Amino acid sequence: MRSLRLAILILLAFAAQASAAARPSARTERTGKARAAASRMAMIPAGSYRPLYAPVGTSRIRVAAFALDREPVTRADFLAFVSRQPSWQRGRVRSVFADAGYLADWRGVLDAGDADGLRRPVTQVSWFAARAYCASVGKRLPTVDEWEYAAAANERSSDASGDPAFRARLLALYGGMRRSASDARGFVNVHGVRALHGQVWEWTLDFNSVVLDDDSRTTGSGADARDRHLYCASSAIGATDPSDYPAFLRYAVRAGLGARSTTSTVGFRCAADVPVS
Amino acid sequence: MSLHVDRPRSHTLSQSLLALLVAIIALLLTFTVAGCSRIADAAPAGEHDVVPVRAPSEKIVGEEVAVLTEAPNVPAAITRKHATKVIVNLDVIEKPMRLADGVEYTMWTFGGTMPGRFIRVREGDQVELHLKNHHTSTVPHNIDLHAVTGPGGGAKNSLTMPGGESVFTFSALNPGLYVYHCATSPVPMHIANGMYGMILVEPKGGLPKVDREYYVMQSEFYTTGKFGEKGLQALDMEKGVAEQPTYVVFNGAVGALTGDKALQGKVGERVRLFVGNGGPNLVSSFHVIGEVFDNVYTEGGTTAAQHNVQTTLVPAGGSAIVEFGLEKPGDLILVDHSIFRAFNKGALGVMTVTGEDNPNVFASIKGIAGTH
Repeated sequence: MRSLRLAILILLAFAAQASAAARPSARTERTGKARAAASRMAMIPAGSYRPLYAPVGTSRIRVAAFALDREPVTRADFLAFVSRQPSWQRGRVRSVFADAGYLADWRGVLDAGDADGLRRPVTQVSWFAARAYCASVGKRLPTVDEWEYAAAANERSSDASGDPAFRARLLALYGGMRRSASDARGFVNVHGVRALHGQVWEWTLDFNSVVLDDDSRTTGSGADARDRHLYCASSAIGATDPSDYPAFLRYAVRAGLGARSTTSTVGFRCAADVPVS
Repeated sequence: MSLHVDRPRSHTLSQSLLALLVAIIALLLTFTVAGCSRIADAAPAGEHDVVPVRAPSEKIVGEEVAVLTEAPNVPAAITRKHATKVIVNLDVIEKPMRLADGVEYTMWTFGGTMPGRFIRVREGDQVELHLKNHHTSTVPHNIDLHAVTGPGGGAKNSLTMPGGESVFTFSALNPGLYVYHCATSPVPMHIANGMYGMILVEPKGGLPKVDREYYVMQSEFYTTGKFGEKGLQALDMEKGVAEQPTYVVFNGAVGALTGDKALQGKVGERVRLFVGNGGPNLVSSFHVIGEVFDNVYTEGGTTAAQHNVQTTLVPAGGSAIVEFGLEKPGDLILVDHSIFRAFNKGALGVMTVTGEDNPNVFASIKGIAGTH
């Protein structure tokens, strides 16, 4: 953890607007910050997971080791961010980066609520904003592969995704999302990461490109998730396991999002690369 | 007003020419009298076997907001003689609702009711559907109306995140009684959680007049607890996959059509039931104990294809319209005649018929229990 590598992967060209984070000159400054944040991150060892939609010829995808926030980013965290970077404040954020719902549930531009409110995961944030936040603390958003891999774990196993009891538990957690208290919700998994399920849905770096990469799986239709898979029963076509309802729910949420979208059920946490040893 | 003349199978050439001449004259007369009426309009649906390629042809006059009703009620019959633009506002709301006494289930609803609100439009109407997903929802939703000719029945263009709204428009090309449902992945979960309702596209001439219309929709629930187990129940996926429901109900709950919520009728009245089946799995053998269906619009089509029917099949994701006259006071019992479902899982409703007794129709001669 001592030497977190801080290069931020800019994977998506259209997102270049928020790329202040990638300036080499900013790197040194943030090393200290990232170290301080290290205890808030868990090391996820390299491994593999079975994606809902797998490229032809594979059933598991390998994921390199990375670091992941133990907790979702809170309103308090995000308040500190918008205080430092006023261009991300409600009312000032450019409309290309967030729709009208951006931070709309805050009491004021710099008032994210009482102590209870401040502990809640921040929601009503766009992908652009989430990405900018992570960059501001020397991190990045996790990829879908990283997120799904980390989220396949329960308290004892790094891959509980095939366990019917685990699935039933996730469905119950998702169903109770709205009735959840501000904290103490969701379980801490074997990696030491809490509440990947059941508190909020979470942004991922490539949330809208997952299905684009595996066109070879169906006859190369080239369409995106909305076109191909995530409505009607057609979503079951090509799925590695049509019984993995929790995964279908997560993929449907991702399909329903645009990079400007802000909704009351979507928050995020940040990830970081770790050195290749 | 068919333009066809008999096919000249065994006719002589001159007969054929004569027929052709007659046809041309008829055609000219038609255009003179009726203007440019379209062939598609010419033959009433259901009276021919020609496959029409339909197109919105009627002029859209005016605009109105559809009045949607909660089951068992049905919006009033449409009396206008022209097509119009109809705005339908449907709000998706996820909320715990009563499934049985002491039993709750977090229903995913169209319009906050179980089943989803009933939509009534007229053939030829241009419908503008506004689907809002309430900001308290946990997941995205969309809508597939089986009445829609278009991608995913609307589903492809209506995926809506919590707090969002989607709008699409369609022409009500085909009359009939249609199911609508959510088609967001995983679809079986959305339907198992209650996301279905019905839309009636009334034929241009309307339906025959009756005295009462009701909306009855069957569906199943797959709960983690046993039938009757108290508390908030969650979806049991394994039971869903195995197609072994815990509950089979009419209108979203055990007892939704019994006691003071029983359907009402009077001797001498004519009744029409719009019967739907949301599934997600079972086919219904819909039967009314103590009555015979005088007319059945099989599978929700526009022809009273069958008369004097005891039990009619209602497919999952399908419908039927049944009509009957009320001849005798007493309680009629609505059931799925796959009878364990009625007896043990909740598929039971009542229509209470009041009025003067009619012993000529039925009378008890000898037995333990008297008749009304």
